Amino acid sequence: MTSKSVMADNVLPPLLELHGVTKTYGMGDARMHALAGINLKLNPGEFVAVMGPSGSGKSTCMNILGCLDAPSSGEYLFQGVNVGGLTRNQRALLRRHYLGFVFQGFNLLNRTTALENVELPLIYRGLDTASRHRLAKAALDAVGLSSRETHTPGELSGGQQQRVAIARAIVTEPSLLLADEPTGNLDSKRSIEIMELLTSINRDQGITVVMVTHETEMADYANRIITFKDGLIESDQKHGN
Amino acid sequence: MLGNALLLAFRELRRNVMRSLLTMLGIIIGVAAVIVVVTLGSGATRQVGQQVASLGSNLLMISVGKRMGPGQTSGAEAFKIADAEALARDVDGLAAIAPVASGSTTAIYANENWSTNVSGSTEDFFTVSNQPVAEGRMFTTNEARRGASVCVIGPTVATKLFGLQNPLNKRIRLQKLSCEVIGLLKAKGQSTMGTDQDDLVVIPLRTYQRRIAGNQDVNLIKVSMQDNVNTDQVKQAIEGIMRTRRHLANTEENNFNVMDMKEIAAMLSSTTQTMTGMLSAVGAVSLLVGGIGIMNIMLVSVTERTREIGIRLAIGALENEVLLQFLVEAVVLSSFGGFIGIVLALGTALALSGVLQVPFVFQGGIVIIAFLFSASVGVIFGYFPARKAARLDPIEALRHE
Repeated sequence: MTSKSVMADNVLPPLLELHGVTKTYGMGDARMHALAGINLKLNPGEFVAVMGPSGSGKSTCMNILGCLDAPSSGEYLFQGVNVGGLTRNQRALLRRHYLGFVFQGFNLLNRTTALENVELPLIYRGLDTASRHRLAKAALDAVGLSSRETHTPGELSGGQQQRVAIARAIVTEPSLLLADEPTGNLDSKRSIEIMELLTSINRDQGITVVMVTHETEMADYANRIITFKDGLIESDQKHGN
Repeated sequence: MLGNALLLAFRELRRNVMRSLLTMLGIIIGVAAVIVVVTLGSGATRQVGQQVASLGSNLLMISVGKRMGPGQTSGAEAFKIADAEALARDVDGLAAIAPVASGSTTAIYANENWSTNVSGSTEDFFTVSNQPVAEGRMFTTNEARRGASVCVIGPTVATKLFGLQNPLNKRIRLQKLSCEVIGLLKAKGQSTMGTDQDDLVVIPLRTYQRRIAGNQDVNLIKVSMQDNVNTDQVKQAIEGIMRTRRHLANTEENNFNVMDMKEIAAMLSSTTQTMTGMLSAVGAVSLLVGGIGIMNIMLVSVTERTREIGIRLAIGALENEVLLQFLVEAVVLSSFGGFIGIVLALGTALALSGVLQVPFVFQGGIVIIAFLFSASVGVIFGYFPARKAARLDPIEALRHE
């Protein structure tokens, strides 16, 4: 465990807290509890791996953490703000300013250059062209793709596409980076590269990372592993590197 | 925020050049159709006006027979020269009056012959018809009175019979009449009805009656009024006198017809305006169809781009920003299509006006209206798909394949 995390544990307020969060889908007999009451506290600077079989509620939990979805009941505090009380647009603004997303399927805009993809969140932040270019180039440089700025996703390998996606997620310097099976579509060599990249982002930029994964090798990079089962947290343990 | 939306919209359209062009096609055709029709229509209206003005707008035509409907008359007794003389004497405000008897006859010179219209009239004919003599002279009062064998020919007849020769002082034959060409009419071109106004021979009325028709009939009396006289009053006066002279009882309808050129002009221009209106409506319908085409493509595009919209929403795009982006895309498409349509229409109208021999009348109003209409088509038909995009659930959208 890094000294930063220790400090964070003791001094800084938590980044986010979940109190008795549930999520139900459907009505009547078809009613399904995706989350049956989750309590969770995340501190700034943590690198969390979320594991569990499909249907265990981890994706629903990620959607709520990512402010893409609101809990059915319970409380989600992000930096002390109750997300449940926010409107759709307020949640969008929260994502814009504090969150970064990395997806299993990369989710880059087709026929759009790497640089333009990375610029996208900055456009929504209203930055001028010069600053956008400067920050997007820096982010591509940070993921080791400075020579691929003008390439479109179709011209990049899977590993490279995921790096562009990571550059897009970190270009706004978010407080929390949510990665949903970031290595799910990659071979083991590329997966290791991506994990090392995420680790360095977590370590060097102090960005909190929450990552869903099915592979224990990938989870080993994290310093905390949370396992979901049947809509509940089955285990939550610190993990030494 | 609008600047961002423009930037994002342009990036998106540039990525799909082919789709963008195809989407614009409907608008291009609609705008072009409306502008071409209106431009050519107003050219035609102006042409009709010019032609009627060249006939003389203060002209009255008194013809034999009752008007049964457009172009139809019932038979009745012909006029006599005395009718024209009575009108000249008793009606105030007339500038000139020309009784006309005419018929179709073959004109012969040497071994050339040409079937043409021969009109017997007085020297006032040239004034009233607004068709002066260009070369030579018109017949004198004396020649008219004694029924001299002289004629004034139109340029078409001159060309057909004489080719490049000078027709003056040569003699042509009209049936049994041999007459000397003393004058050549000024070229006037086609009339509004499409007849050649230069294809005629004018001879003194008495010559026509004695030597060609063999009777004393006058088919038509052409009257030109002085300026600043009331057309309706003159028409009423003429009708009154003619009814008396033709012994019509109060209960009988006129068996002659007094037509005024302004009426004809109004009738003709209202016809062209109706045509223009109808064709513009067709153009407007195609504009509407173009708008629906845009809506269609935008809806497909929203479905096709669901995942992209999900990405935008996930990284923090507001509902309004997505809405605005799609709306701006639609408006850019439609107004750019409108712009291309305008350029295309003006080129086409210019080319067609040459082919159809209609003056090119630039109608700034319709160009502006068509452009604004095409832009608003974008707003109206782009709004529904844009709203659909903006209201997508980011989670669902991201999961979309």
